[in-house]
Amino acid sequence: MSPLTAYLVQFVLALLLAPLLPGIINRVKAKFAGRHGKPLLQLYFDIFKLLRKGEVVSRSASFVLSLGPAVSLATALCALALLPLGGVTSPLAFQGDFLLAAYLLGLGRFAVILAALDTGSSFEGMGASREATFSALAEPVLFSCLLALACVGGALDLETHLSLSGMLGGRPGTEWLLGRSELLFVPVVLFVLLLVENCRIPVDDPNTHLELTMIHEVMILDHSGPNLAYILYGSALKLWFFAALPAGILVPDFPAWWAQALCWLATILLMAVLVGVVESVMARLRMYSVPRLLGGAGVLAALALILTQIR
Amino acid sequence: MTSFLQLLLLVLTLNNLALLGVDRLRSLIRLITLQGVLLAGVLLALDHMLLAPAVLIIKGGILPYLLNRTRRRIGAEPHLRPRFGYGWAVLAGMGGLLFSFWLEGRLPMPPGLFPPLLLPAALTTLFCGLVLVVGRVTALSQVMGYLVAENGIFLLGIPLMSAGAIWFELTLLLDIFVAVFVMGIAINHISDTFESIDVNRFHNLRD
Repeated sequence: MSPLTAYLVQFVLALLLAPLLPGIINRVKAKFAGRHGKPLLQLYFDIFKLLRKGEVVSRSASFVLSLGPAVSLATALCALALLPLGGVTSPLAFQGDFLLAAYLLGLGRFAVILAALDTGSSFEGMGASREATFSALAEPVLFSCLLALACVGGALDLETHLSLSGMLGGRPGTEWLLGRSELLFVPVVLFVLLLVENCRIPVDDPNTHLELTMIHEVMILDHSGPNLAYILYGSALKLWFFAALPAGILVPDFPAWWAQALCWLATILLMAVLVGVVESVMARLRMYSVPRLLGGAGVLAALALILTQIR
Repeated sequence: MTSFLQLLLLVLTLNNLALLGVDRLRSLIRLITLQGVLLAGVLLALDHMLLAPAVLIIKGGILPYLLNRTRRRIGAEPHLRPRFGYGWAVLAGMGGLLFSFWLEGRLPMPPGLFPPLLLPAALTTLFCGLVLVVGRVTALSQVMGYLVAENGIFLLGIPLMSAGAIWFELTLLLDIFVAVFVMGIAINHISDTFESIDVNRFHNLRD
């Protein structure tokens, strides 16, 4: 099978399976609480239901409100297409594509923030302000992680050097197995970033819809119908993107692409289970402790960067 | 075995930075216990089979026990009182780490004497100990800073140790043992007399 076909198979798989991740997280949380929980496919049902519904738009809102969901979904799709899925180099890979991926996600977030501000509700403006603050803090952490990977990743292959495909294409997995254990800090930091960027506990609680401390959920309060479905699907894709980053570091090179793809899939699903466990055993952090959490993650990322540079 | 040693030294470096970031006395003592265990692990990885259990017992068992006992006896506050913020302390630790790496390149060491990462990890431990001594107010946490600095010196001493120098190391261990013992008693007495172990208040003492 050609690499392009292998990539396309996995891309379609990612598109199909992404809404499964929140289902797994909810199921793990339910098991911890001793409940049966929602069906695994709940998000699929929600998305299909919302796509069939009409939309209610506030009279004070402009076209920006409906632009937000579309842009956030499109940017999440594009960012995912830059990832080397299952260790297979993305056909769109180029030098420095990690910058594009990070800023595509940033653009999506910006669109959602604008849409939230467009409603004119002070409540949504508060959530938008928090989202902007925390994502600004998370950005340098993400880049130090990616730089640490760039020092290891494509050092042998000049074509994909400094691209996500070079950084996550199986080389870090081989390297840490050979004893470069500082690379294992990076998946830990990326996991913290997954929690921050996808608004999971301990940073934000995705289940609260009417609380003064919520962040992401408050921004999408005014969306309904197909637009809400786009936002839900976009955030599922974003979750898949962030769960795939640790998989790219932990899974080493396999001779057969399908074996590596299976390992990636298993790692991504494992990440969802881990998020569920973290959400079950941890309370939500106070708002001012979140920068401290990100600071700790930043220190860990800086340590990984220093150690990969020096060795 | 080398990768095991590298992993231990990495965890040790992380442990050092965590020491500077925690704000509870109990967590500090737990991290110091972990540091003792890690030191024993490093000795084991470097084939010092006899010394490793001794270090495990003293630095991973007796000293934390003494510290915990002192903490309970004097009824110390659960939270540390820093002179400067925890973020700054961790940044200072990172600075110490960078400086250690810079120093490793500058020091004229015979090649092969230090396994990779050992020298920077030891120097970072030393610096973090010093930051703890300087940056925390209560006497008990300063004793812990001293202990961490001593752990750094101990790490530096490990590769220099030949068969005959084991006695030197043992005396070092006993030294620190006695030091903490005496300091434990001293802190007890201070708290009996002055009701506080805040060293800032010593400035207010008059004849």
